[in-house]
Amino acid sequence: MKRPVAVVGVGQTHHASRRSDVSIAGLVREAVDRALLDAGLEHKDIDAVIIGKAPDMLEGVAQPEQYLVGAVGAHMKPMLRVHTAGSVGASTAITAATHVASGLYNRVLTVAFEKQSEGNTMWALSPNLPFTAPLVAGAGGYFAPYCREYIARTKAPLHIGPLTMVYARENGARNEYAHLREPVTVEQVMETPMLWDPIRFGETCPASDGAAAMILACEELAKKGPRRPAWIKAAYTFAEAMWVPNRDQVSPKAGQICAGKVYEAAGITDPWKEIDTAELYVPFSWFQAMWLENLGFCAEGEGWKAIDRGDTRFGGRLPIDPSGGVLCTNPIGASGMLRLAEAALQVMGRAGSHQVEGAKTALGHAYGGGAQYFAMWVVSSEL
Amino acid sequence: MKCSAPPETPVKYVEAVVWLPYHYVAGDYRAVYLRALKDKKILGSRCDVTKKVFVPPVINSPESFAPCSELVQVSDQGRITTFCIVNIPVIGRNLELPYVAASVLLDGADIPIFALIQECRTEDVHMGMRVEAVWKPDGQRQGDHEDILYFRPSQSSSSGEWPRPI
Repeated sequence: MKRPVAVVGVGQTHHASRRSDVSIAGLVREAVDRALLDAGLEHKDIDAVIIGKAPDMLEGVAQPEQYLVGAVGAHMKPMLRVHTAGSVGASTAITAATHVASGLYNRVLTVAFEKQSEGNTMWALSPNLPFTAPLVAGAGGYFAPYCREYIARTKAPLHIGPLTMVYARENGARNEYAHLREPVTVEQVMETPMLWDPIRFGETCPASDGAAAMILACEELAKKGPRRPAWIKAAYTFAEAMWVPNRDQVSPKAGQICAGKVYEAAGITDPWKEIDTAELYVPFSWFQAMWLENLGFCAEGEGWKAIDRGDTRFGGRLPIDPSGGVLCTNPIGASGMLRLAEAALQVMGRAGSHQVEGAKTALGHAYGGGAQYFAMWVVSSEL
Repeated sequence: MKCSAPPETPVKYVEAVVWLPYHYVAGDYRAVYLRALKDKKILGSRCDVTKKVFVPPVINSPESFAPCSELVQVSDQGRITTFCIVNIPVIGRNLELPYVAASVLLDGADIPIFALIQECRTEDVHMGMRVEAVWKPDGQRQGDHEDILYFRPSQSSSSGEWPRPI
């Protein structure tokens, strides 16, 4: 960061499979209002707005940001839309952070959303690409083969996926905003139908309606705020091409590079020891074990063991997704922003019932596309 | 003007359908690739620098950024690198469930393609399995991706060296 940037306000909606009480604009406004209230600010205090959402096909509204200018309070202000598929919520917030870090703006509102109930996600993410056999059935159909590859490579026992969901639901139960809040057992998850073998229904994220927003500010303004801010120590995004020889989609190289850059800039040499909690983008249970390795928390082949030992459970050595994560709440466009926002809440000491005790340094992570886009930040309680 | 009575219950939503045909340009390399399918040939392009073979052919390597000047033929047989068994339908597709969607690395290629695996039980599919393309009969191939109906467990061994010059 060229100059210090902090999160000074966080807002999110209550997430559900169908928020039929609000339009898309109303949903977005709910998160924006809460972020402003949280920061003790009004629209007049905001210099610019950065908005993001996942593919427009999800709701069938092309360029929804055009109609949302009013709802997000961007009338007569600079506004920009970001689009990096599933990682978009995170890359949107990082775009907002770089806007402040550059010195161009002092206080920026960033917001992301999805209203999955208004369309059909499974269809929207099963594109019939020209000149190509239409075989990929939704995001699960794309990612399941790589979960299989992970299991084959590491010889991970088959209860690890379900166990990851058990921990996620325990956490979701403590998060008042989470979509799925009912605890489950490994046996219950195992009994759910296989959707994309090896991924079961019970190991899949829900389809949610929801939005998230944050207000980011420069050092001077952050210090004036009513609350203790979360300081952004480092933030990066990286991309990789879809079809590259020997591409490893179990542990994508762009993810490794992005994590390495973030740790380096944040002065972290051993993430397992120096990071207190992490919010990782885990849409299907097995991805938690995969990301633990990809992000350098565990050596190759060791990620599933950390889950099996209970290290990643709430109260464990390194609690992962204390909010319940994507496995409990998935308004796709907002999911990445929620990871970054939840990481910020942890180091602010304001995560409520899912607060990790004494969390000072946290990682927020998201990925998107065919494991092609990566966006991460490290936030700290100290400047 | 006569007004109709307001609805008794509030209007919560409307249903809207969008249908619009698009015309996608294949590009020269892809056009040659599609034409070759009609002759039961699968083409790739070889990177001038890394010598890696891309299927379908691309004009430049996204990895080395170098041109892939040479078109080559790869085998219509290969091995399954990984796969999943799909048990969930997608609107507008009539594939019978469950089906196996696999990543298949064709002999001579350095990029896997997605392929439907048939003519075997889903539980018998495994990583590393040898598979071969099943083509539409002669005279029915149009020069599009549907010329390959699906892949099945290999019934013969892939002969010779791949890739081959065209």
